[in-house]
Amino acid sequence: MTISIDPQKTNNESLQPKGWLRYFSFSLDHKVIGIQYLVCGFLFYLIGGTLASAIRIELASPMSDFMPRDVYNQVLTLHGTIMIFLWIVPVVNGAFGNYLIPFYVGARDMAFPRLNAVAFWLIPPSGLMLVASYFVEGAAQAGWTAYPPLSITTPQSGQIIWILSVLLLGGSSIFGGINFIATIIKLRRPGLKLMQLPMYCWAMLGTSLLVVLSTPVLAGTLILLSFDIIANTGFFNPVLGGNVVVYQHLFWFYSHPAVYIMVLPAFGLVSEILPVHARKPLFGYTTMVFSIMGIVVLGLVVWAHHMFTSGTPPWMRLFFTIATAFIAVPTGIKFFNWVATLWGGKISINSAMLFSCGFIINFVFGGITGVALAQVPFDIHVHDTYFVVAHFHYIVYGGTVFIIFSSIYHWFPKVTGKMLNEKLGILHFIITFIGFNLCFAPQHWLGLNGMPRRVAEYDPQFQFVNQISSLGALLMAISTIPFLINVLLSVRNGKDSGDNPWNALTPEWLTSSPPPVENWEGEAPLVEEPYGYGKEISERK
Amino acid sequence: MTTLDSSKEIQKNNSEVNETHEDFRMFGLITFLIADGMTFAGFFAAYLTYKAVNPLPDGAIYELELPIPTLNTILLLVSSATFHKAGKALLKDKNSESQKWLFFTAFLGIIFLICQLFEYFHLPFGLTDNLFASTFYALTGFHGLHVTLGTLMILIIAWQSRIMGGRLTSQNMFPLEAVELYWHFVDGIWVILFIILYLL
Repeated sequence: MTISIDPQKTNNESLQPKGWLRYFSFSLDHKVIGIQYLVCGFLFYLIGGTLASAIRIELASPMSDFMPRDVYNQVLTLHGTIMIFLWIVPVVNGAFGNYLIPFYVGARDMAFPRLNAVAFWLIPPSGLMLVASYFVEGAAQAGWTAYPPLSITTPQSGQIIWILSVLLLGGSSIFGGINFIATIIKLRRPGLKLMQLPMYCWAMLGTSLLVVLSTPVLAGTLILLSFDIIANTGFFNPVLGGNVVVYQHLFWFYSHPAVYIMVLPAFGLVSEILPVHARKPLFGYTTMVFSIMGIVVLGLVVWAHHMFTSGTPPWMRLFFTIATAFIAVPTGIKFFNWVATLWGGKISINSAMLFSCGFIINFVFGGITGVALAQVPFDIHVHDTYFVVAHFHYIVYGGTVFIIFSSIYHWFPKVTGKMLNEKLGILHFIITFIGFNLCFAPQHWLGLNGMPRRVAEYDPQFQFVNQISSLGALLMAISTIPFLINVLLSVRNGKDSGDNPWNALTPEWLTSSPPPVENWEGEAPLVEEPYGYGKEISERK
Repeated sequence: MTTLDSSKEIQKNNSEVNETHEDFRMFGLITFLIADGMTFAGFFAAYLTYKAVNPLPDGAIYELELPIPTLNTILLLVSSATFHKAGKALLKDKNSESQKWLFFTAFLGIIFLICQLFEYFHLPFGLTDNLFASTFYALTGFHGLHVTLGTLMILIIAWQSRIMGGRLTSQNMFPLEAVELYWHFVDGIWVILFIILYLL
């Protein structure tokens, strides 16, 4: 069965506000929604970053003097939740996915434009609700993992608002995932084969599968947790005969894949950016596709490596250690493919490329500590110490956030038709890279020496290293300034970029910049070889 | 050309009204149902884990009787069949017959809910009595919520299949097909739930 597209209905542009007002409307245009996701996510990033700065100020001295301990707990909970659910997941999936995927599959919009807008508009209210919970009896204090019995015994209202907000954000994420799967599988332009899609499509397909399969489990778990808090049931309350480890299993069944939900799209984006700026085809396209799918499958069966100290039986430890070690194989394949893409390329050193290379460096470091953490004897030693904090931030900040910035530098001309200032961009990269490594590299040492995480006070012997870390955090905070100046100035006064400033071959650059409302004048182009760099035009298919 | 140049866009749009694409709403619904099924999978996994590792404390009462849930299983299975009948009738343009079958299906759904409530009121344990009591009410309650939503949707499409001015016709089968798929899904979940909660 086919249905006819009535543009008046699907893309009711004549009734939509024009100009910047579009971004405050219930727009159905995937490009508008993508920018909405990005800007909304970035505002929450600023809030989460402010909270992170507060944490580092507190930790500059061993005593809890900057804020009371319960406020510290609230700040770290909000920091984690905001950064994960309101910045990284919506931006790296929602923002870039919505903007790029319809171009990559040769479509005029996403498969379900209305669902798409609903998915976005769930985010600002739930985010504001989460932030506002601080002013009602205090925000949640149990960390972003909300482990019971801690989450049951801390003040209720904050925890319940936290649960509601995460449920809504999870719903938004599931709607987005359904939309991406339908768009990539069903909405491809006739003649475009799956194995000709740009790598970001594959990454988003894998990510969306993880979203659809694992997020509902988190939703169910949080519903049970809210029963424990409100209705006095005992699912996870040992006093009433419940079992806290069941919560941990269900929680990590979502939250381990969530790490891949945060990092797989970044793998896709870096695979788009590197070939363009190195002028070489992406190395090992097929192995890339299979390693993404391998990560998806393995990512669903490794969750208990977060629980090696939760009384996990030996067979489970053995299984999850081996499964986790296996994930290093597809990840390593991707890593070597990126290096091989750069090898012998005609590399331009610009902001996008620098951030991508920074990603590769940081990510290999975070990956190595990840393999180390998968080993039970080592994990038991460093569990719940700053080593874990360092590892995690090397993956999500050093990995994903670096790629978010790289992507902003890469696709800014596409969205606005203006170039970003390269000097400010390189300055941004240098401060971020130094600040990030200064902040998180010393935390490996802190963790190995036994400094526990999530505590406002610590042994005075760790003070000097903590101060180095706080200095790094200060640099990271400062690094946002050149970036913001750059974006705000360039949106209006940037140099005109033309339609395709990087001479890229992926489909989104084959239309005007910024693109017209329905993406293409006339029919969508068929791009069979999105990475055909370094060949004569006649050799390209 | 910029996005702001809308007058030109609308002209272009009007010339492309005939552009068509495949209908993939059903595909999206199936993806959603997979996600929904995962929520139940999480609940089932939690329940089975509790059964395996958390013994029932001394003196705790957790006893279920079979007659009402067996009747409920039969009710839902029959309602799946009657829903199928409604679809067949609509395909042959017999709207009023289709509407009758839909109302009958909704009626079976309501009977199911009443039986469920009856069971709730006559069970010897309450929500917070013990772990298994809580799990029982959470699982059946979450499923009952699905049945309630399904029944409401069936009533809506039954209203839409009225002969004068109804939206549901043999040319526009999607609402019926979508609700039917959802209803079969809810039935399937009930069968699993029945086996796990009552028979195991």
